[in-house]
Formats: sequence, structure tokens, C-alpha cells
Amino acid sequence: MTPLAAHAAIRFGLGNRPEAQLPADPRAWLTGQISPLPEAPGPSLAEAFAAQRQRQRDPTSQAVSDLFRTEALAWSTRMITTTAPFAERWANFWTNHLTTSRRAGQATVMLGHYQRLAIRAHAFGRFEDMLLAAYRHPAMLFYLDQSGSIGPSSPAGQRARRGLNENLARECMELHTVTPAAGYSQEDVTTLARLLTGWSVGRGAPANEPEGFLFRARAHEPGDKILLGRTFPEGEEGGAEALRFLAGHPATHHALALKLARHFVADAPPAPAVARIEAALRDSGGDLAAAARAVVAAPEARAPLRKLRSGQDYAIAVLRALGLGDEGAPMLLGTLARLNQPLWTAPAPIGWSDEASEWAAPEQLMRRLDWASEIAGRTAAAGVIEPEPLGEVLLGPLARAETMAAARRAGSVREGLLLLLASPEAQRR
Amino acid sequence: MNTPRRSLLLGLGGAMVAGRSRLALAQGPAGDRRLVVVLLRGALDGLAAVAPYGDADFAALRGRHAPPEPGQEGGTLDLGGFFGLHPALPKLHALYRADQAMVLHAIAGPWRSRSHFEAQDFLECGATQRLSDGWLNRALATLPPEPPGAARRGLALGIDVPLLLRGPARVGSFASRNRTRLNTPLLAALARLHRTDPQLGPAFAEGLRARGFSAAVLAGQEPPPPGTGSFASLAGSAGRLLADPRGPRVAALELGGWDTHATQAPRLIGELRALDEGLDALRLGLGEAWSQTAVLVMTEFGRTARINGTQGTDHGTAGVAFLLGGAVRGGRVLADWPGVAPGRLFENRDLAPTLDLRRVVKGLLAEHLGLNAAALLRAFPNSRDADPLPGLLTEPA
Repeated sequence: MTPLAAHAAIRFGLGNRPEAQLPADPRAWLTGQISPLPEAPGPSLAEAFAAQRQRQRDPTSQAVSDLFRTEALAWSTRMITTTAPFAERWANFWTNHLTTSRRAGQATVMLGHYQRLAIRAHAFGRFEDMLLAAYRHPAMLFYLDQSGSIGPSSPAGQRARRGLNENLARECMELHTVTPAAGYSQEDVTTLARLLTGWSVGRGAPANEPEGFLFRARAHEPGDKILLGRTFPEGEEGGAEALRFLAGHPATHHALALKLARHFVADAPPAPAVARIEAALRDSGGDLAAAARAVVAAPEARAPLRKLRSGQDYAIAVLRALGLGDEGAPMLLGTLARLNQPLWTAPAPIGWSDEASEWAAPEQLMRRLDWASEIAGRTAAAGVIEPEPLGEVLLGPLARAETMAAARRAGSVREGLLLLLASPEAQRR
Repeated sequence: MNTPRRSLLLGLGGAMVAGRSRLALAQGPAGDRRLVVVLLRGALDGLAAVAPYGDADFAALRGRHAPPEPGQEGGTLDLGGFFGLHPALPKLHALYRADQAMVLHAIAGPWRSRSHFEAQDFLECGATQRLSDGWLNRALATLPPEPPGAARRGLALGIDVPLLLRGPARVGSFASRNRTRLNTPLLAALARLHRTDPQLGPAFAEGLRARGFSAAVLAGQEPPPPGTGSFASLAGSAGRLLADPRGPRVAALELGGWDTHATQAPRLIGELRALDEGLDALRLGLGEAWSQTAVLVMTEFGRTARINGTQGTDHGTAGVAFLLGGAVRGGRVLADWPGVAPGRLFENRDLAPTLDLRRVVKGLLAEHLGLNAAALLRAFPNSRDADPLPGLLTEPA
């Protein structure tokens, strides 16, 4: 394994696996993954709705948690075993960018479907298509309360004396697209909320397009609306046009480029890297494949690996380095909870942080240490791998001589493995 | 003055083991007997744990690192006039004085590997090549099935089943709810690896400090906080589980932290104290069943006879083992003492091995669990050159 290939697998991928033969050309290995991902199978939205209904009829029903677990285990297996780790990391990035979370109970049963079909299926498509797929997915419509937003002047609003819910519109502008750097006003947020009125969940109506989405014309706020100086028409198409406009806004390209560079390059990303990714988005009309090519081509990404892994990235990297298969999936889920990053359970719409200050916390490191100690014990007892080969797989070019020496000299295989798994290098990517 | 190579069977009682050749061969398992094996991973320095103060070459060998003799301040605890037990092992010493603990010195397995990883595997699988199962499991596999309603005979303490207990016989396992205990030297090594990292270094140190491992504790200047020694609680649990009339009969547990390459003297105090308290907790947990118990404490190899440049010792050859319990004919040091004069050291660096660990284990399995010659050879393949050592127990099976 050449240092550069290992570097690529750690910075851009999910960490190395012992059997992985990385090609001599890491750039080609990465760009080769920039193509639509094969569809990940899983339960349909109809099954998700059925589980939800069952649970409403019978509060003791496990249907919802069973379905969530099916999705979560499938995701975990994919993370541990995938041979396209950059593509999966890329999809995870966008899942976090357009966060939905178990914190909204109604969304729980469909979070896996959301990740697979709203995000992952569009991971190397156009950003506006991903944004629209996300906003038409019931997971997002529930999570950010859009399904209950009603135009005050719409027929439904007039009757129900209920009104706008600005949640999705606000997060759209603040987090998902232009960000406050674009200088929008509260009036713009309200306007976007009006534009999106009527976007709601269509349960059990397979004729809906897309499945799970329903435009409720009776709840839609009538009239043209002006957002950031642009006029958008009344109706479902007006909301879609507004979202496409925001998705393609220069401020959005800049915000996405900054976030991508922060994720893949450095907490304080160098301006030239941001500028190149931004240009790729602009010149391609928001093509995420073009953005991905710009990310992996960034010369700044060949700098020493100084990013701190999130709990999720750390746990995945360890299990991959140990060569686990699907039997590692339940452990990965349990570990994510222990490391305070349970799957698809972000505490807020902003998602999980990407910065070291969030993950370099004393208790976080102690939890990683405890977990690493257990894993080291199991691995040593099972005789799976010795410290030296683990160090090569797990740390690659990150390994310092002193860490490898300490592991080689350790008093037992368990201690040797632990010194590697809990080393500072193992926290980096 | 050089101590001549001589047989030492020193003890307060002065009983001799030689001549007692009544080998118990397979009258069947002794149903109520308990056997506990404690693995000390990392290689305990036998010369520090049991100092041969009566060997005139010892003081020259270890210099200021030789502990004070018995009776002096901070001195070793006398084992009958030639050996002194480390002062951090007072409870073990009390058992020795009650004839319930035996020291086996200059002991080693048949391997001459100085690799922890390899030697621990050999220690557990009972061979000089790696096998996929352990001698204790193979020994269990030769016993008749457990009576109906009884627990599995074998029990692994801790989260993992060690190689020692892996194999054809199914065994139980038990782990306490306590956090995994990490020994102080290991935490100190991790803290050192983090120290130069400006982000992770301070956070890691603070996390350890919040758990009671301040810089002073990591440096061995202060003892680790009470309650972190989960070995004692695990050993106590082992004792209680083994005491159950329908419970397991054979258990294995382990304790790490013995790889003292640097500043050995302060580091060993905490580790030996943890061992001492753990063995005592085991005894208390066993209660009356202690009288039917034998506990073997063993490590993968000894350490260099001389102190190295960092006040520690490196990987060596022969070392020390302990055998204790109410069933043990203790109060003795069993050793064919090779001496520590320069010409007597193994490869001019290590205590020379004069007792094969397999002889002790085979003697124990024969006398305590009633294994016959064929069963002993299943447990220890290719061990015809290592006769079972007789006379280890007060009442052989």
C-alpha cells in the first residue's frame, strides 16, 4: 500500500481494510468512485407507513423500531464493508448537511429510506435535485414541521385558523443553501415559507409523485411571491422554482464549497481550495460529481492528515481496520451511541459538527479509550490480528515511529492493539 | 562468594517435597475441587517479586535496586531465610506463613521466545507452537460432563475468553459492570503518545485526570485512586461464583501491567498491591471452598537479571510463579536455584530456568483435577519430557 493511497483512503474514505488492495494511482481510485452509487435495498415507504400505523394502533408494537434497526444495520454493514468508501463518505456528508433526525419521532421510521433515496441516490447528481428530493421526502417534511404549515390566506388556513410554520424555510436559507452570508431578511424566510405551503406528506397514495409527497393545494398560500428580489408564481411549481433558485445561488455554492473543504481538507480550509470547489459547482450548474472531482484534486488535501474524526468516522475506521464484516454492524450501532453520536439522531438541524473542538473533548476521548480497550481485548482473545499489521492498516502514513514502537513493545497483544486504537493518530483523518 | 548451584526447598516448615512420588492418575475428577489460573500479562520480574537476598551475588547484581532485606525498613517479607517476598504482597505472605502459599522460582515454560505476544500464546496453549486452543480448556475437555443443573465447569472472568480457556469444552464467562480497568503504565504510555498533540494532548490528560489518573499518578508518584482496581472485584466475583455448590470449578482471570521497562520499582508497587488484594478477594469470595482450592499465578517469562538504563528490566527468561490455596502444601519455596553470578545467568542476561512450568501445571492437573497420563498429554502435547511434579497438594486426588 503506497503512502499516498493510504492517505487517500483515510482522508477521503472510511479507513483502510486489511484485505484492500489500493491501486497505485489514488486519484484514479477516488475519481473512479465518482459515479452514481448502486441502489441500496431496503424497506419501502409503504412499509414504513404501515409500521407507523401499526404502532399507532398498538403502542407496544415494535414495528417502527424494528424497521429502523433493519435500515441502521444495513447502513452499518455498508460502512464497514464497502469497497467505495469515498462515495459512501460523500453520501454521509450530504446526509449530515440535510439532516433529519430521530429527535422528530414521526421521522424515525423513514430515516433509512431518506438516506438511501433522497440523499445517496443523488450523491453525484445535481445539488438542486438532492435538495428537492429531500424536501419532498416525508422524513424532512416531518422533521422540520413542513407538513403542518398552512398558508394563512389559503382555503385550509381560512377554515382552520392555523398558519405558517417557518421551520423548513428558515433552515433552508440558514443551513442548507445560501446561509446568512447572503444577507437575507426575515421577510425572505417568511416568503419562502409561503412558497412552500402545501408541501406535505402523502400517506399510502402510491400515485403520488414522488411517493410519500403530497402537494395540498388547499393549504397553499395564493399569489405570486418575491424572494431575494425574484418573483415566483403561485402553486407547487413556485416552491420548486424557489428551491432551484436557492440551490444554484452563488452564496450556496460558496457555502457548500466551504463546508466540503472543511470536511475533507481542514477545519480552517485554505481559501484556494474553497475557491476551486466553488468554481466547480458554479461552472457545472451545481453538479456534485464535479464538486467531488475538485475536492479530491485539491493539492491542499495532500497535506498531513490533521482533521479529527467524528465518533462515527472513528468507530467505522476501527471496525474496518479489524477486517470485520456484517457481524460488526450491531457493534457499530452500539458504539455510535456510546460515542455520543447515535445514528441519524443529530440533536439539531445543523447536524453533527465537523470541527475538532467538538470531538477533542476529554469525555469523548475517554469513551473512545474505553471502547478501544474492549475491542482490543476481544480482538486479542480471538487472535485476529497483531499490533504491527493493525498499525499499518489503521494508521497508514499517520503512524509515528513512537506509536508503532510502543505497540510492538507492549506487554500483551491486547495492550499493543489498544495503544494503536486509542492513539492520537487513530483519531485523525 | 558464589552461591553453588543447589536445590533449595526453603520454608518455614522446611518440608521436603522430594521422594513423594505418589502420582495420582485418573481416579476421576475431584468434583468439589476448585482451580483458578491467574495470568500476569507483560512478564513479572521474578527477582523483584521474590528477591534471593541470601544469594551473595544478588546485591551486586541489582545494586541499589535490590530491596532491603527482611527486618529492615521497607524490607522484603521473609520466606525462610533465603528469599524475600516483595513488601507489597503482605496478604500473600500471610498465606505463605499459614502454609497455604508456595513460591516457584527460576521457573519458565519450554519456550525461549522473548516476545510477549508469542510467549503468552505459548503459555496459554501449552506448547512451543501456536495452537488454536488452550491447555486449560483441553484439560476440561477430558473431564466427564457436568452434572445436570450445574454450571459449566470452566469460567472466564472478564469480557473476553482468553486463549487459555478456548477450545472444545464449552465454558462460561463473567464480566463485572465496572469499566474496563486499564493499568497505570498503559495509561501513562497513552498519555505520552498524546502529549505532543496540541488538541488531543490536553483533552486526553484532562479526561484521565477526571478519572483519578493525574500526572502524578501516571508517573507512579501517587497511587491510583481507590475503586479503579477492578481486578479485586473481579477476583471476588470469581471466588463467589466458584463457591456455589453448583457453580463452576475452574476459572481463569488476568492482570496486566507487568512490562516494567522503565522506573520499575515504583510501578511494581501498585501492580503487586492489586495482585495481592485480588488474591485475597478471591480467597474471601471462596469462603469455605478455599480449603479445596488451588490458585496458580503465572507469567509468560521473567525479566533481565540486571537493571537497564532506565531503571527497569527487559524481557528475560526464568521468573517466578505462585501456587496458593487451602489445598496447596504451601509454606515453601520450590526452586533449584541457579544463582545469579555472571557465569550462571542464561545467555549472560537472564535468570536461568531450572524448573519447567509444565511440570507444575501437570502435577496440579493430576493431583487436583485427577487427570491421568493420557489426559495430561492431551492438555500438553509433546510434553513427555516434563513429568508431573508431585507433592504440590496436601491431599492429592
